[in-house]
Amino acid sequence: MAIRDLTTSQARRPFQRRRKTCPFSGPNAPKIDYKDVRLLQRYVSERGKIVPSRITAVSALKQRELARAIKRARFIGIMPYAVN
Amino acid sequence: MALYEHIFLARQDVSAQQVEEMTTAFTEILTNLGGKVTKNEYWGVKTLSYRIRKNRKAHYSLLNIDAPHAAVAEMERQMGISEDVLRFMTIRVDELEEGPSAMMQKRDRDDDRGGRPDRGDRGDRFGGERRPRRF
Repeated sequence: MAIRDLTTSQARRPFQRRRKTCPFSGPNAPKIDYKDVRLLQRYVSERGKIVPSRITAVSALKQRELARAIKRARFIGIMPYAVN
Repeated sequence: MALYEHIFLARQDVSAQQVEEMTTAFTEILTNLGGKVTKNEYWGVKTLSYRIRKNRKAHYSLLNIDAPHAAVAEMERQMGISEDVLRFMTIRVDELEEGPSAMMQKRDRDDDRGGRPDRGDRGDRFGGERRPRRF
């Protein structure tokens, strides 16, 4: 559904995708907090690895902050280092 | 004085009341050395994501601290000696959070299954987001 919307809006270049924007930039963006597991959980794979920013479109600055938060959460045992 | 967020994990088989006593003891150490604790949150017993010193669960406590470094160092030293403290982490922050932390806000939903069931749905979202980006 979302993909079709993109292609119709940019019919001239069928293979160009809409640029995703950083989910932590702009107004009412969530604050990166190592205690907020629910938020951090979105940026790790099922295996527990941190998802690269080229996939999640997080900006470089925020990705660093996010990685730090995930690592802190791992240290205090609320997030896994590795799943099975 | 510097501001810190401090989290410590107490062994699973101490009671909630004992954890409270530990918290007051550590608070006392800080106040004696000229610091103060602005917030004290008890998160309850939570399942650990991995085993820490053979424990699968632990009591979590969060302290918001406004204290000189020496006081914090002394508290950490005491925690290192204590057998009941599994792990602690102190983080220096620019400002302390007011009100309940993110952990407290979502605890009610988290409690029934220890946050497990949302794992599958997050996986879907991840998969859904990933595919269109890949070529």
